[in-house]
Amino acid sequence: MALQSLNVTKRSATTTQPPSVRTAEEPVAKLIDVSKCIGCKACQVACMQWNDLRDEVGTNVGVYDNPSNLTDQSWTVMRFAEYSKPDGDMEWLIRKDGCMHCEDPGCLKACPSPGAIVKYANGIVDFISDNCIGCGYCVAGCPFDVPRISKKDSKAYKCTLCSDRVAVGLEPACVKTCPTGAIQYGAKTDMVLRAEKRVGDLKERGFQKAALYNPAGVGGTHVMYVLQHGDDPERYSGLPSNPSISPWVSVWKGAAKPLASLAIGLAMLGAFFHYVTRGPKDEHAEGESK
Amino acid sequence: MSGPVVMKSGDVPRYAPGERVTHWIVAITFVLLALSGLAFFHPAFWSLTAVLGGGVWSRILHPYVGVVMFVFFGLMALKYWKDNLIQPYDRAWQKRLPDILNNNDHGLPEIDKYNIGQKQLFLAWVVSMVLLLVSGVVMWRDVASFPVPVIRIASVVHAIAAVVMILGFIVHVYSAIFWVRGSMRAMTRGTVTHGWAKHHHPLWYRRVTGGGK
Ligand code: HEM
Ligand code: SF4
Repeated sequence: MALQSLNVTKRSATTTQPPSVRTAEEPVAKLIDVSKCIGCKACQVACMQWNDLRDEVGTNVGVYDNPSNLTDQSWTVMRFAEYSKPDGDMEWLIRKDGCMHCEDPGCLKACPSPGAIVKYANGIVDFISDNCIGCGYCVAGCPFDVPRISKKDSKAYKCTLCSDRVAVGLEPACVKTCPTGAIQYGAKTDMVLRAEKRVGDLKERGFQKAALYNPAGVGGTHVMYVLQHGDDPERYSGLPSNPSISPWVSVWKGAAKPLASLAIGLAMLGAFFHYVTRGPKDEHAEGESK
Repeated sequence: MSGPVVMKSGDVPRYAPGERVTHWIVAITFVLLALSGLAFFHPAFWSLTAVLGGGVWSRILHPYVGVVMFVFFGLMALKYWKDNLIQPYDRAWQKRLPDILNNNDHGLPEIDKYNIGQKQLFLAWVVSMVLLLVSGVVMWRDVASFPVPVIRIASVVHAIAAVVMILGFIVHVYSAIFWVRGSMRAMTRGTVTHGWAKHHHPLWYRRVTGGGK
């Protein structure tokens, strides 16, 4: 079940109002300053430790990425991009990947199981594994390719933004552990201000295109990046430059639902009223048979 | 297929026992699939997951039931393919649709085993069934892993094909059970009356009875 101490603003496959009596819950955000990250993976380890996860020991795939992708046991991974600048220099762009905690989460929109995905008033998008049926619709719904279905229990997993820690006033485990202060956490408005200041610093230091990544296509996110090259997010191991919920998902989980339900209802009513007004067809009535 | 049958008793055979069993396997699996599928489709139908034993069981079983339906539906499609090719007299019959809907069947053009409505429904079901199988396998995470963009398209295709099939099913069941009297026994006991056969499917009637009285 969802955390009892937090208001819920969105609940998957639910048409009534979710629990929302509490007051003063401010939207939060995690700010990841890519320009400060040294790729030490302390956050990856903290995540494993707090959430009690142990991924398989993988193999070296020729780069520092390990594991090489998000899994049901690795809710965050560091992605190391080696970018060759036009002047021949190499730039190492290290991005901590994981759930972005979208304001308009595609996973939640796609989920068919009531209450398997919730969005708290503080902005955190959380999977309530208890209610998860393992269909994987969230994977299709997510514009960032984040959720992973476990082979062990067929349930979906991803970063919780440490909703359990946050609910009792602690900061997320990755934030607590980051040695360079590249990950910060707090009220979203504060984080945006800090990011803007940092972007200003970066611009002064020659990163003309530095920017805050808080993509409007998904209503903004509660995990944001400061990017040195904000004009080209794709450079950071394929961070989408303009993410939004796929139009296929919008049709499937939007217009199709009421239209199809209406069509089915009308067909049944049509059949019923045809019977009521015209009645059954009976060959004997016309005296054709003997 | 079968030659003229010399009729001694009062009834005209329409479906052999094997055909009836196949039909009812398709019907039962279809109902299970439609109900569990609708449950995933819209929150208003979520309680229908109970039909297959809850949300997780529905997710597990739905695709297997679908494969069973596809196999038996395929048998039916092969068997009835020829009988469902649309002929010129079907078009003429269709022009009288308003009369037919008003139960005014006087002087209808003579048709064979199925009318054009049945034939069009048959075609719609064949197409939907193939689309449902292909898209369903793409969505089936227990056995397949397709790229996410492909899964998204498959999800839309699956939903649309399923709704087409369900709409057809409503027409089918209404006609069979409520509207056209005397049809149900074709699929339960396997036979229809001479009167039913002559009235609704005269060409077929003469074909199977050798023009009998
Ligand atoms: C459970 C409810 C159902 C009932 C009461 C029912 C009833 C019938 C009846 C009475 C017939 C014989 C019609 C005739 O002789 O002209 C028939 C034929 C047939 N049924 Fe069903 N049926 C049901 C479900 C289904 C489903 C789910 C499918 C497939 C999606 C299906 C596919 C067919 C086909 C292909 C035929 C052969 C006739 C044609 O080509 O139109 N039925 N059904
Ligand atoms: S990044 Fe994906 S999993 Fe996370 S909230 Fe957005 S849609 Fe959901």
